[in-house]
Amino acid sequence: MDQKYAFLEKVGKEPSNLIKGLQAVQGAEGYVSDESIAAISEYFGIPAVEVEGVLSFYAQFKRVKPGKYKIAICDGTACHIKGSTQVGEWLSRELGIKSGETDARGHFSLETVACLGCCSLAPVMSVNGRVYGKLDRKSIVKILKEYENK
Amino acid sequence: MSQEKIRKIRVGVASCGVAAGADAVLELLRSRAESIPVEGTGCLGHCYAEPMVEVLLDNGDSIFYRNVKAENGYIDNILSLGEKDRFEVPPARKAKELIKVLALAGRIDPTRFEDYTENGGYEGLKRALSMTPADVVNEVKLSGLRGRGGGGFPTGTKWSFLAAKDAPEKILICNADEGDPGAFMDRSLMESVPHQVLEGMLIAAYATGATKLFIYCRAEYPMAICHLKIAINQIYEHKLNVINGRELEIIIKEGAGAFVCGEETALIASLEGQRGTPRFRPPFPTDSGWKGYPSMINNVETFGNVPLILREGAAAFAAIGTEGSKGTKLFALAGDLKNPGLVEVPMGTTLREIVFDIGGADPDKVKAVQTGGPSGGCIPVELFDTPVDYDSLKKLGAIMGSGGMIVIGKDRCMVETARYFLDFTHRESCGKCTFCRVGTTRMFETLERIVAGKGEMADLEFLEDIGPKIRMGSLCGLGQTAPNPVLATLRYYRHEYEAHVKDHQCEALQCSALVDMYLDKTNCIKCKLCVKTCPVGAISDDLVIDNEKCTRCNACKDVCPKKTIHRVKKGSIQ
Repeated sequence: MDQKYAFLEKVGKEPSNLIKGLQAVQGAEGYVSDESIAAISEYFGIPAVEVEGVLSFYAQFKRVKPGKYKIAICDGTACHIKGSTQVGEWLSRELGIKSGETDARGHFSLETVACLGCCSLAPVMSVNGRVYGKLDRKSIVKILKEYENK
Repeated sequence: MSQEKIRKIRVGVASCGVAAGADAVLELLRSRAESIPVEGTGCLGHCYAEPMVEVLLDNGDSIFYRNVKAENGYIDNILSLGEKDRFEVPPARKAKELIKVLALAGRIDPTRFEDYTENGGYEGLKRALSMTPADVVNEVKLSGLRGRGGGGFPTGTKWSFLAAKDAPEKILICNADEGDPGAFMDRSLMESVPHQVLEGMLIAAYATGATKLFIYCRAEYPMAICHLKIAINQIYEHKLNVINGRELEIIIKEGAGAFVCGEETALIASLEGQRGTPRFRPPFPTDSGWKGYPSMINNVETFGNVPLILREGAAAFAAIGTEGSKGTKLFALAGDLKNPGLVEVPMGTTLREIVFDIGGADPDKVKAVQTGGPSGGCIPVELFDTPVDYDSLKKLGAIMGSGGMIVIGKDRCMVETARYFLDFTHRESCGKCTFCRVGTTRMFETLERIVAGKGEMADLEFLEDIGPKIRMGSLCGLGQTAPNPVLATLRYYRHEYEAHVKDHQCEALQCSALVDMYLDKTNCIKCKLCVKTCPVGAISDDLVIDNEKCTRCNACKDVCPKKTIHRVKKGSIQ
C-alpha cells in the first residue's frame, strides 16, 4: 500500500470499519480521491466498487477536493423557515460558485447540509466547522471578507 | 448591592453557545478573573440568551448574565456584579417547565467526572447493581418509559426481549444519529451531561446482559463526540464498565450523514460498514442484529432517563405525565418565536403552553407548529390545546417524533414548507423501496410545480392518492412517514394549495414565482441604498424595480431604512 495511506493502520482491519477508514482518509485529505479508494480497497480487502458503493451512499463523503475554507449552509427546518434559501443565494452570488462546488483558486467551497443543530440561532452556516448564526446579507459579506485574506 | 465574593464563574460553551461567541467570552473572562475559577459548562436551554455567564457567589446564590460579548465593558459589569444584562428565567417558562433529565445540563463541567458523581451521578447504576437484572428490567417497565426517539415503544419491554436471549455476544446500541433537521435535544444532552447517557447504557447493559456497547453518533456533532470520548475514558479509569465480571467495551461510531440511518436496521447496516439501507423485519434486531447477534437500540434521551428511574424509583417517574406517556420530554423549540431553546416539560403539557408560555411566541403571528421533523406534520394553531404525548399527536396526523418543534409564522407558506420536507425526504430516500424512491420524488416534483404557480387541481388529488400508497409500500419509518407533511398540510391548509393552483397566489407572499417586488415611494427618502445593494441591478436610478431582472432576494427590502419595499402578489402592481 502507498506509504501515503499508512495512517489507515490505526483503523482496525475488519470490514465493519470501512466507514471509519473512509472518514480517516477524508479527515487527512479533505475528500476521497480515486487513489485513496484503491488504497482502502487494498487495506480492507473489499473490491473498489463496493467501497465506492458505500461512500456514495453517505452525504458526508466528498469526491471533489474542497477549498481551504469549507462553507456549509444549514438548510435544517428552522434555518429554512428563517431564510436559508436566501443565505445560499447570497453566498453563491458573492463567491461565484454553486452549492457543491469549489472556487477556481481552491479558497472557498460551498455545500448545503441538513442540520447543524444550532436551530435557535437560525439561519446559520459554518466555515471549517465554526458556526455563525443569525445571518443576514451584511454579516455574510463581513464573514467572507474575514476569510478572504486568510 | 452587598459585595458578595465570587466563588466561581461558568460560561455555557455547548455548540450553540460557541456559535454565539461564548468561547471568546470564556477566554477573556479567564484572563480577567485572576484567581476566580472560570469553567466551561453545557447548555441551560436558553439559546436566545447565549452567550450566557453564571456567577456563583460564596453565599450559594447565582447571578446569570445574558447575551454577553467578549468585550471589557461586559466583563467589567459581570465581575462587579453589575445590574446590567442580568438574566432571569421568564416566569411563564419557569412555571411550565419541569427539569429532570436536564437537571445537570449547564450546571456542571461535562468533562469532569467528579462534577457528575458529586451530583448524584452513577447512584442509579449503583442501585441497579444491588438488584437482580430482572428486577431492573421490571423497574423500567413499571416506570412506563417509552422510546424517546419517536417510536414510543415501551423501553422495559424492549429490554426484556434482549434479556431473554442467550447468545455469546449481546449488543447494545445508543442511537445518537439525531437526523431530524430542527432537532438538537440529543446533541445538548450528550454535550452537557455525557455521563448521564452512558450511565443509562451501563444500567441497560447490566439489565440485559449486553456485552458490547455502541454509540452511533452524527459526525456533525464533534463536541458531543469529544465529550463522550472523555467520559468513556473516565468510565474505564474508574472501572465502571466492569459489569457481571466482564469488562465491557464502549465504542463510538460516527455516522456519515444519512437520515435513514436513524432507522434501526439501517443503523445496524451502517455500523457493519455497509450502505445504510433498512431491511425487512422480522427478524427484529433483538433476534438478529449487528453481525447476527441479538442487538437492542435505544435513543440518547431514553438512556438519559434511565438513571433517574433507578435513582428515584419507578413510582416517582410514573407520577409525572399522562396515562400512556410517562415522565418528561425534551423539545428543541425553534422557528418564529421569541425564546427559542431547549425545553423540558412533563408529558401532557399542551402545545399552547410550550409555544406561547415557554417559547414566548406571539399568538397573533403563529400559524402552526411542525412536530417530528420531516416525518411529522403541521398542527394548526386552532388545535394548540392538544396535550403533547405519543397518542394525542398521532390522532392529528402528526407525531411527537424525537422532539423537534418548529414554530411556523403566518408569513410562511405551507405549500413551500411541505415542498421543503419532501425535498429532504426524496433526497434521503435510500432507494430500496420503489414507493418511497419514486413516490417521494413525484410528490416533490408536483409540489415544485405548485409553488411555481404551474400546478393543476388534479395535482392535489394526485398527492392525496399517492401519499397513503407510499406509506403502505415502504419498509421503514422514513418512507412510511414521508408523506405526512404533505397530507397534514393538505388536511389543514387546503385553501393555500388551491390559491396557488387556481389564483396563482401565495397568501404568505413567500413563493417567489408568485410574487413581485414593489417600492412604495410615499415614504421613500431617496437614499438609494437599495439601488446600491441590489446584486443584479434591478432597481433603476429613479427607484423603479424591474421585476423581470429581480431575483426576489429581499436584499433591498432588508436594507431599506424606511421599509418602503414590499413583496406583493404577482401582477398586482399597476
